Amino acid sequence: MSSARVVITGLGAISPLGLTAEEMWAGLSAGRCGIGRIKAFDPTGFPCELAGEAPPHRVQDHVPKTSRKAVKLMCRDIELAVIAAREAVVSSGLITKAIDPENISIDPTRTAINMGTGMISCDMVELAPAVAASVTDGTFDLRKWGKDGLELITPLWLLKYLPNMLACHIGILHDIQGPSNTITCAEASAHLAIGEAAEVIARGDGDVALAGAAEAKVNFIMMVRQCLLERAASGCNDAPETACRPFDADATGSVFGEGAGVVVLEELEHAKARNATIWAEVAGIGQSHSINRPYEKMEPDGAGIRIAVEKAMDDAEIGPEDLDLVIPHGTGIPCDDLAESRALEAALGSAARTVPVWPTKSMLSTTGAASGALDVVAAARAMAEGLIPAARNYSKAADGCHLNVVTEPRKGPIRHVLCCSYTYGGQTAALVLKAHDKGATQ
Amino acid sequence: MKTPKVNERVVITGMGVVCPLGNDVDTLWDAILSGRSGANRTTVFDASTFPTTFDAEVKDYDFHKCVRNPDRHEGCSRGSGFAIGAAVQACRQAGIEVEADAPADGVDRTRMGIYLGAGEGSLDNDAFFGCIIAGWEAEQHQMAWERSTQSALAKMNPVRELEQEPHMAAAHVAMVTGARGLTRSCLTACAASTQALGEAMMLIRRGHLDVMVAGGCHSMIHPLGLMGFNRLTALSTRNDSPETASRPFCASRDGFVLGEGAAILILESLTSARRRGAKVLAELVGYGSSSDAFRVTDMHEEGRGPAQAMRAALADAGLTGLDIDYINTHGTSTSENDHIETLAIKTVFAERARQVPASSVKSMLGHLIGAAGAAELITCVLAIRDNIVPATINLHDPDPELDLDYVPNTPRKVPVNTVMNESFGFGGQNNVVIVRRFPEAEKT
Repeated sequence: MSSARVVITGLGAISPLGLTAEEMWAGLSAGRCGIGRIKAFDPTGFPCELAGEAPPHRVQDHVPKTSRKAVKLMCRDIELAVIAAREAVVSSGLITKAIDPENISIDPTRTAINMGTGMISCDMVELAPAVAASVTDGTFDLRKWGKDGLELITPLWLLKYLPNMLACHIGILHDIQGPSNTITCAEASAHLAIGEAAEVIARGDGDVALAGAAEAKVNFIMMVRQCLLERAASGCNDAPETACRPFDADATGSVFGEGAGVVVLEELEHAKARNATIWAEVAGIGQSHSINRPYEKMEPDGAGIRIAVEKAMDDAEIGPEDLDLVIPHGTGIPCDDLAESRALEAALGSAARTVPVWPTKSMLSTTGAASGALDVVAAARAMAEGLIPAARNYSKAADGCHLNVVTEPRKGPIRHVLCCSYTYGGQTAALVLKAHDKGATQ
Repeated sequence: MKTPKVNERVVITGMGVVCPLGNDVDTLWDAILSGRSGANRTTVFDASTFPTTFDAEVKDYDFHKCVRNPDRHEGCSRGSGFAIGAAVQACRQAGIEVEADAPADGVDRTRMGIYLGAGEGSLDNDAFFGCIIAGWEAEQHQMAWERSTQSALAKMNPVRELEQEPHMAAAHVAMVTGARGLTRSCLTACAASTQALGEAMMLIRRGHLDVMVAGGCHSMIHPLGLMGFNRLTALSTRNDSPETASRPFCASRDGFVLGEGAAILILESLTSARRRGAKVLAELVGYGSSSDAFRVTDMHEEGRGPAQAMRAALADAGLTGLDIDYINTHGTSTSENDHIETLAIKTVFAERARQVPASSVKSMLGHLIGAAGAAELITCVLAIRDNIVPATINLHDPDPELDLDYVPNTPRKVPVNTVMNESFGFGGQNNVVIVRRFPEAEKT
């Protein structure tokens, strides 16, 4: 059996805190908040008018000139993914078709891709003229839609919204011909995608993989859903920067946003052979399921999260005392934060009260599928800097939460980071990242 | 990551299906052997004015009748409902208890996972289109968002909205089976459930899990789905003859027939199956995945990606083209797929290409999109069981360019031991699995 070790050699992120991984890390370490009043549409009338939106950008600036036509078929989720993927590839030092077609350094058929995505919601403005042509007596008329409405929709419409198009566009731009998958497990997607990509390398089906996730949740329908499901923060429209408060006593819900995080995963020997910068090793992957009805909430005892954490630590062959940092899923939704806190207490025992816990969503917002990928990028940077930034919007622990949420920045070596994720619907995942021993490679 | 200590053989111990040809495996197989089509006029919604007015629908199915606690699934999408029924059937055949608080079937639920290739649920049409109508200002070409917001918040139902998300089918299957080992859901278009089965096989082979509930479910029979495929001109418009519309490899083929359904298989390590005394139906021996990296709109002209996936699956299984007795093709009945797939088979199988029977059960089933590969894998297992190759029906007018043995119109009784199952998806997603007869001598 293949026993390859898998390391992270490239980082890319677009987030409410900036267009690059560097900008995101600068924001996180300064405790900045990327949340504000929604700009993508007029949110007046929403219980939560807030979101974490990526700064203005043009996807055209992030694709080769010869591929500019392709951007016409990119919805916003795809754009974000394409931008983060390019940054990850550039930072890895690998040369793909998109970077320099004359000097490609990857073997396309030995390169894999695995992108997590959310459900991509249609663009209402794009559909509206066709819908307006399908109205009888003020209501939607399916018979008109099938004839007149349909004619007004651009022929390739469907291809903009298929979830696998994130991976496909990136694959075409960078010429990635190996295994390609698209994980659609909502907010757990990124960890599942990164975990599976690491498995693909470990089992010998690729040397390199792009893995991560993207989601543009600042979409009218997505925001309606979060409000209807009572997951969105309430009563804080005038205070966006303190609205999202994971594990805090005054938390009222989460704030949703958009982003993309992509990492380059590489087989250790492959990375060493080209003197790549190694950010961390993917040391453990754990997954489970929270079985609960209502499906949008985690089991109160956090069993599904606990099992994923236990499996990840077992896979990494470490114990709770080996952890130097936990980046929890921590959304700011009180019942889910409590479930995650209980899960960590059950999995880590007494260490749960001492290991530094650093939730990021108070600053990044809940960026759907992307959230776990942004956390992995943040974890890699934290390990490289030997810095755990302070948590934001945490002043008093929520009832029943006994985690050691860090309120002051901490300096010191970070050997192992546990990243947790779960989603409404129940899928749970955890990753253990391990610092790479630089002496061994350089 | 731990280095696996084992290299487990992966076997199939249960199968379940809800599809246009029937709501259980036996009914599906009877229909396949009698060459019946599952296509008919669209009844799920009024499609009478669409370019295509027919599809292949699941008929006479109600998930409430499949489970003891239907209230736990109330409000689920059409596709999730299909998945519930298929999962229950597959578990029963495998001897795995469903809806059990303390199962006594010998399967550790933390060593049992779920992997589905699953699609989105239908929009709540009235509420969704209603909120666009409420806010649209045609003259200014903009939305008056506040009016849309009022409409949406008043009309949309939280459960109905949640259940549209593609990962919810797996949540319902977890509720039914109690599986807690891992849940993944993927959506690589028409190749999704083959990918789910392939990745699930790998997880068992490498010892991560003992049992996987794997397959897919999807229904794109909704106004936006039909609209999307019609705009791509991917669907047959043979409205006067739905039953003969899906005609893969035929000169007069004009597109695929949109189907729906769910198919779920229980994959299990041979060690676990033997320990439980579960009956082995077949062995899953190979998986290959690739991407075209060519165009989002078209397949690579030479079938580069499909050929690579086929080769990878053969290599994974330690087999060559000589070992394959039957190819269950993707065979969609679109001009492009059937042409490129034929080329790719020729590339991989070389001179043997014309000798291997290569049929498309989509001629009968229609195209189940995310669920297609898993439903088709069930027919591969049954082909092995009965030594019968299913036919490609409606193949009366062969395309002179396409010269493989597509098993036209009549199933064929021949020895079938090893089968390749192919699935290719929009965007250049290619997944291939290989299933093999499990030797009688090893069945103890």
